[in-house]
Amino acid sequence: MARTVWNSTVGKKTVMAVSGLVMLLYLVAHMIGNLKIFFGAGEFNHYAHWLRTVGEPFMHYEWTLWLIRVVLVVAVIAHAVSAYQLSRRDIKARPSKYVHRKPRASYATRTMRWGGIILALFIVWHLLDLTTGTVHSGGFETGKPYQNVVDTFSTWYGNTIYVVAMIAVGLHIRHGFWSAAQTLGVGSRTRDRALKTTANALALLLTAGFLAVPVGVMTGVVS
Amino acid sequence: MKLTLRVWRQKNADADGAMSTYEVDGISPDMSFLEMLDTLNEELILSGEDPVAFDHDCREGICGACSLVINGDAHGPERTTTCQLHMRSFADGDTIDVEPWRASAFPVVKDLVVDRSAFDRIIEAGGYITAPTGSAPEAHATPVPKPDADFAFEHAECIGCGACVAACPNGAAMLFTSAKINHLNVLPQGAPERETRVLDMVAQMDEEGFGGCTLAGECATACPKGIPLTSITGMNKEWLRATRKAGRR
Repeated sequence: MARTVWNSTVGKKTVMAVSGLVMLLYLVAHMIGNLKIFFGAGEFNHYAHWLRTVGEPFMHYEWTLWLIRVVLVVAVIAHAVSAYQLSRRDIKARPSKYVHRKPRASYATRTMRWGGIILALFIVWHLLDLTTGTVHSGGFETGKPYQNVVDTFSTWYGNTIYVVAMIAVGLHIRHGFWSAAQTLGVGSRTRDRALKTTANALALLLTAGFLAVPVGVMTGVVS
Repeated sequence: MKLTLRVWRQKNADADGAMSTYEVDGISPDMSFLEMLDTLNEELILSGEDPVAFDHDCREGICGACSLVINGDAHGPERTTTCQLHMRSFADGDTIDVEPWRASAFPVVKDLVVDRSAFDRIIEAGGYITAPTGSAPEAHATPVPKPDADFAFEHAECIGCGACVAACPNGAAMLFTSAKINHLNVLPQGAPERETRVLDMVAQMDEEGFGGCTLAGECATACPKGIPLTSITGMNKEWLRATRKAGRR
């Protein structure tokens, strides 16, 4: 069965849909967590510490966090590999372009591939910046995410990269969520409007929620 | 009407093609697009040139033979087949671009004619029912609920012209394949092959080198028969169901 799924264009889209939904679920949790920065350094840093102790005493220190990380890495790889293989196939299936070209499909639809690449690059930077601190501006302090976040959003490039990526994630979800519903066969004519509204709402909510943090730092609400 | 046509000319499958410019005069707004091309071809033949090759058959919008991309739209600006498109949809003095369907699974045979036998092979893979043929059975021998009959009819409208493939940015045949699958899978007559049909037809579709679906929706916009985009959703649902069932066996 796994073979059938992986070898089929419909099956590979299913892999993309499921892995995409897993990442979306994580993004919602991540965004809600981020908003705790508006309640001060104490609450935010305490929340970050709690993330490492979730599930104790059943789970050891950081076990739950690592479990989530493994699931996410699997989802990212599955999503990216399927996207790459399907895109290669799509480009091969339509080698010559029309001489008379027309602007097609919505902006969100047309930017899925480039948007995905931008997001992949962003994730690498984001991890090196705020998880490992490798490319962090100023002194990275382990266990003090509040101070680290303020550092990042005090630089012009930190803000620029983040804003671009969050707009990209919004556009990606706008088309991706609705598409996932079609791929998994849950869309229908009667449900179409509700699904499109949900996709737009999720996209808007996540982009706005994530952008609240750099805006907060830039306006001095968070410092 | 006086028009400037830019038409894709390609000697054969291996030759390189290019757009050639022609002027046509004395076109009536009541002519169909194909009649306009007939007029051009008559002039070309009289002047000793090779006429433009294009597919056509019934000229009633029901056979699915005509296949032109006109000004970047499969079947042109109206939501119908090229044969049912009339010159009144254009203005006097217009320049019109005419190109063939473009997809690697639909290679150009000559000029505007493409080889669509990939569709035939998708149908061969499962677009049929294994019922004994012969005289037509009594209409009410097999009851079909009204909503199912309507659903089947809506998808049965597909004439297999390939406009969906031509319009798709990925050269995908999802709308065609899904229309055929939905048409038969919803009916009791199609039930015995419900799972094998969707699995085999999707596998054949992939085998032919069509692209995948990115839900851009261009196919449903171009379809002269109004097959809805949700048809693809229905096929995905059937495919997942069949794959799960096959996995349990």
